[in-house]
Amino acid sequence: MVIDKIKKREGGAQTNKRSSVDIPIGKWVKCDKCKEIIYKELVRENLNICPNCGHYFRIHIGRRIEQILDENTYKRFDLNIDTTNPLNLEDYPKKINSLREKTGLEEAVACGTGKINGEDVVICIMDSAFLMGSMGVVVGEKITYAIEQAVEKKLPLIIFSVSGGARMQEGIFSLMQMAKTTAALTKLDEAGLLYISVLTDPTYGGVTASFASLGDVILAEPHAMIGFAGQRVIEQTIGEKLPEGFQTAEFLLEHGFIDKIVERKDLKNTLYKLIKLHKGGK
Amino acid sequence: MKSKMSAWEKVEIARSPKRKTALDYIEEIFDDFMELHGDRAYKDDKSIVCGLANIGEQNYTIIAEQKGRNTKENIERNFGMPNPESYRKAIRFMKQAEKFNRPVITFIDTKGAYPGIGAEERGQGEAIAKSMFEMAKLKVPVIAVVIGEGSSGGALAIGVANRVIMLENAIYSILSPEGYSSILWKDSSRYEEAAEKMKLTADDLYKANIIDAIIKEPREVDNEDFKKIAKKIKKEIISSVEKISKLSRDEIVNERYNKFRNMGEYRVKIKN
Repeated sequence: MVIDKIKKREGGAQTNKRSSVDIPIGKWVKCDKCKEIIYKELVRENLNICPNCGHYFRIHIGRRIEQILDENTYKRFDLNIDTTNPLNLEDYPKKINSLREKTGLEEAVACGTGKINGEDVVICIMDSAFLMGSMGVVVGEKITYAIEQAVEKKLPLIIFSVSGGARMQEGIFSLMQMAKTTAALTKLDEAGLLYISVLTDPTYGGVTASFASLGDVILAEPHAMIGFAGQRVIEQTIGEKLPEGFQTAEFLLEHGFIDKIVERKDLKNTLYKLIKLHKGGK
Repeated sequence: MKSKMSAWEKVEIARSPKRKTALDYIEEIFDDFMELHGDRAYKDDKSIVCGLANIGEQNYTIIAEQKGRNTKENIERNFGMPNPESYRKAIRFMKQAEKFNRPVITFIDTKGAYPGIGAEERGQGEAIAKSMFEMAKLKVPVIAVVIGEGSSGGALAIGVANRVIMLENAIYSILSPEGYSSILWKDSSRYEEAAEKMKLTADDLYKANIIDAIIKEPREVDNEDFKKIAKKIKKEIISSVEKISKLSRDEIVNERYNKFRNMGEYRVKIKN
C-alpha cells in the first residue's frame, strides 16, 4: 500500500515519530476516517482520496476544476458581488474577510464556463472550506446567474454541491435563495437543457431542499453524506440512534433519490458521457 | 396603536397552542370547503390539508399546513410538521389548480418539515425542492398567508407565491430562534436575542420586501377579533386574486419569478 511507502520514507518509523523525519510540518494530513497521518502530496496525487483507506477528502474548488475541466478552459463569470450583512451581525463581515484570506476563495461557490473533453458547460462548484459551503445571498445569486447563463448560452449545467444548507448569518434572505435558485431552474427546464447535480460530502438542508435535488441526473460521490435534516436534529427529535449507513450516498441510491454513485476518478468521463447522451436524437 | 412587542413575544404568540389554525381560517373565509386526500403514491399525510373551496362563484385550491387543535389532533397531524408525502400531495393539488384554472391559496404554519428517519428515506429535501419548483411554474395566481410559525424550508415549500400575506404576530424565519442561537453562537439560551436579530416579524419582513402585506391583529385574539382577522384575509385574497388574474398566464408566472429572483440584496465589489 501507499502508506507503506510513506513509512519507508520515514525509515520504518511509526506515524507518531514523524517529527524526526525531514519533511516540514504542514505537509501532512490526517485522514478523518482511518486517522492515518499521510503525506499531503500522496493524497493529492490520489485525487484527494486517502491512499490508506479510500476515504474521500473534501476538495478545494481549484482542485475540482483541475479534475473535471480540460486544462485552462475554466472562465469564471465576472460577477463581483459581496454580502450586505443583512442582519447586521457584528462579526460576520470580519469572518468573511478572514475566510477569504485563509482560503483564497471569494465565496462558498465558484461559477463559470469550461470544457469537459471538449464539451462546453456552465459549472458551479461549492467549497466546504468557506462557512461549510452555506448558501447566503451571494451564493444564491451566483448560482442563479450561472443557471441564467446556461439558458442564454444553451449549455448544459453542472453543479457540484457541498453545503451545510442555508447560511444562518443571512437569516431569511438565505432561505429565500432556495426559492430563487429553484425558480431559475424552471427556466433551464423549459429551455430543454440538461442539468447534472453532483452531490458531494456533505450536502444538507436548504441546498438539498433546492437546486441539489432538482438535477435531470443526480450523481453522488461514494459515501457522501446527503440529507435534509442533520443527524443530531433527527436523533434529538426521535430519541433513538440512527441506523448504520443512514443518509449516505448509498442509502439515497437504494431509496431512489440519486441516479448513480460515481468514483472521483470516473467523474469527468461520466459527465462527458451524460452530456453526449443528452444531445438531441434524430 | 403601535405595538411594542418584542420579537420573542411574537414568537411565543405565533406558537401558542391557542392560536387559530389553518382550518379555522379556511372555514371562516370560504363559503364552502371540501378536503380531498392523498399524494397518490404513499399516503395521506395530515400535516398539510388540501382541498377545494369557493367564495361566491370564484373557486380556489387550498393547501394548508395544519397544526392540531388538541393533543389527539396534534399527534394525528404530527404537530404540523410535514413529511414528504404532504408536499407531494400539495404538488398534486397545484397541478390540478393549473389544469382547472383555480387560484391557489396556501396557509403557512409549521415548525418545519419533519426531521425523521422515514422522512429522509422518502426524500424530504427532494419533496420540498419539487414543491417550490412546481409552484414557481404555476400559471394561476398563488397567494400565501403566513398565519403562525413559518419556519425554514418546510414553510417556504408552499410559499412561492405572487403575494405573501402575513398576520402581524406571525413569524417567518430560516430556523427557530433557539436553533439559530445554538448554531450561530453555540448557546441555545440566547434565543430572545436571536429572535430580535433574525428579522422574523411581519414588520421586518415587510420592510425587507419578503412579504407584501400585513394583516393587523391584537395581542390577544378573542372570537370577535378572529372573525375580523379572517375577514381582512378574505378581502386581501379576493383583491389580490382579482389583480393578478388580469395578467396573462405567462405574466402571472413572470411576476412571481421576478419577485423571487430579486430576493436578497448584495453589493457590487469595486475591483482593485
